[in-house]
Amino acid sequence: MTNEPERVLLAHGGGGRLQNQLIHDRILPRLRNDVLAEMADAAHLQLSSNAVCFTTDSYVVKPLFFRGGDIGKLAVCGTVNDLAVSGSRPVALSLALIIEEGFEFALLDRILQSIGAAAARNGVSIVTGDTKTVDHGSADGLFINTAGIGIRLPNVELGLSRIEVGDRILLSGSIGDHGMTIVSQREGISFESPLASDCAGLAEVTCTLFENVPGIKFMRDPTRGGLAATLNEVVEGSRRSVEIEEQALPVKPTVQAAAEMLGFDVLNAANEGKFVAIVSPAAAPEALRLCREHPLGRDAALIGTIVETRDVPLVELKTRIGGRRIVPMPYGRELPRIC
Amino acid sequence: MLDRITHAQHTIEEACQGLERQITIMEVCGTHTVAIFRSGIRSILPAQLKLLSGPGCPVCVTDQGYIDAVMQLADRDDCLIATYGDMIRVPGSDGSLETRASRGNVKVVLSSEDALQLARDNPGKTVVFIAVGFETTTPATAVVVKEAAGEGIQNFTILSGHKLVLPAMRALLGGMNDRVDGFLCPGHVSTIIGAGAFREIVENYRRPCVVAGFEPLQIIEGLAEICRQLAARKPELKSVYKAVVTEKGNTAAQRIIDECFEPVDGYWRGVGKIPQSTLALREKYRRFDAFRRFGLEDGPGREIRGCRCGEVLCGLIEPRDCPLFATGCTPSTPIGPCMVSSEGTCAAWFKYGRRK
Repeated sequence: MTNEPERVLLAHGGGGRLQNQLIHDRILPRLRNDVLAEMADAAHLQLSSNAVCFTTDSYVVKPLFFRGGDIGKLAVCGTVNDLAVSGSRPVALSLALIIEEGFEFALLDRILQSIGAAAARNGVSIVTGDTKTVDHGSADGLFINTAGIGIRLPNVELGLSRIEVGDRILLSGSIGDHGMTIVSQREGISFESPLASDCAGLAEVTCTLFENVPGIKFMRDPTRGGLAATLNEVVEGSRRSVEIEEQALPVKPTVQAAAEMLGFDVLNAANEGKFVAIVSPAAAPEALRLCREHPLGRDAALIGTIVETRDVPLVELKTRIGGRRIVPMPYGRELPRIC
Repeated sequence: MLDRITHAQHTIEEACQGLERQITIMEVCGTHTVAIFRSGIRSILPAQLKLLSGPGCPVCVTDQGYIDAVMQLADRDDCLIATYGDMIRVPGSDGSLETRASRGNVKVVLSSEDALQLARDNPGKTVVFIAVGFETTTPATAVVVKEAAGEGIQNFTILSGHKLVLPAMRALLGGMNDRVDGFLCPGHVSTIIGAGAFREIVENYRRPCVVAGFEPLQIIEGLAEICRQLAARKPELKSVYKAVVTEKGNTAAQRIIDECFEPVDGYWRGVGKIPQSTLALREKYRRFDAFRRFGLEDGPGREIRGCRCGEVLCGLIEPRDCPLFATGCTPSTPIGPCMVSSEGTCAAWFKYGRRK
């Protein structure tokens, strides 16, 4: 141990002694659970039901550490959230690390610590994993892939086809926090009251909602592309129009300031700890109340309604001054503006 | 706030009724265009009041010839292109910077300082800063040119496409579109050149000029002030952006622009040559001029067939009058620059205004 290198070598992914050391000394202690401890080629799981949700996502965020989180926490929460909004209770995740040669062990340790903490907080176990190393310059530090299994909650039927005119749109909290934090940090811009990512696992609050509110018809986490992308997906999938109220949108002043300064639209900025739910009008007040009782849904708001389509199905925003405008699907890469 | 909006709406309606004709107001600045769409102002104005977007989006007014010069430089292995985000998707005759970015020699920067830093960090390459924009961005370019000169940095150049607002307004009123009844003058540019700069438009062309900021309330109060003046038939220079804009503007910024740049005749997309409308580096700083260093010409570019961006820029047609609008030309497959920039008239129309 005394000659332990400070940086990851290609050999750490080579299947030999160094790889074993990496797994036993650094990874396992931070993710400890019985299934993982078996070190089998595949995890053996005993699930309480055979109705499951299964998902995967890869994480390539830069910077690896940002205010409010890091790539490890994000990799756990992101996959937990995909399972949560699909109407399931997340139980198990896989973890695949693609580490660039030369990556500092100290950073890797911090990220593994963060993965362990996020998994514990969200009630999921990392049950299987993989570690690869790649040549210097080919992975920009670290990439992570997680896949996850969740047990489907009983009596939950979600689908865009269930959406009807009059349904309300529930947003679980402020928008744009993650996106503007990442962009500002990447550009080295700081603000008086600091921005922080909203990165968090939502399973607890979503399970509470699903178990207590029968009228939830659809749920999604507005990550890349932001609220604008999610609502446009609702429109495309349901062929119904969406109308939201600018006045009702929760946006933190610092996030708004950052967006204006950089020429971004907060509607397009990514979120990593929020969900949008389409709820029947009768169930909306109860859904809002339950959501607000949870710390991650404190700022929840009913932001709009599913409306009749006039000509083509669209997302429309009623502005603060009483005007209207279309909220388009974002292009895919937000560009800072000149003036 | 809603009280003041209602009041402004009332003033506008009264003026429209009194004049019994269509009123055409041009917002000169691209940021105004976007703010107008984002806040849905058009949808609360009387049909009689027509808002035209003027030649105020720096990306949109940049001529094809300039874009093609940028592409030539992007194809060189010894160059590193530093550009503001908006320019990256502007299509040249052969592809855009975005399609070339995969080669790794195109960097999006947020400031001119970032561009100069790229030069310091990459001594083996010549950084070309794509210096576009009106009087708001020019001082920042001038600062880094002086900095580069002071530090003796050899591998930094700028491709100046900086433009001046007033020559374009004169050109418009001098013939291209004299139907414009009044101008909502750009808030940001006015912080630099001063509200007083627009007095000549009021005096020589008898058009109301009102400087406004970018909050919806300011914009609508600015429009109301223009309507009030038109109804009273007394064109004036007014500012509803007094917290930021002064009569004389930022004289320090004006000085540094003047020290580094001189006005020359320049080409504007779709408009053609406008006398003394573009800024070129003065002889003292010519060694930083990318046109000169790489033997490029800032001539008029080939027009794109069917693209009517020029007429859109002059306020002669609305985007939907262009045959390419929303058919061949969309924000994801832009043909003309007005569709590329987030401030572009066509992009704003496409994104926010198709219904109205």
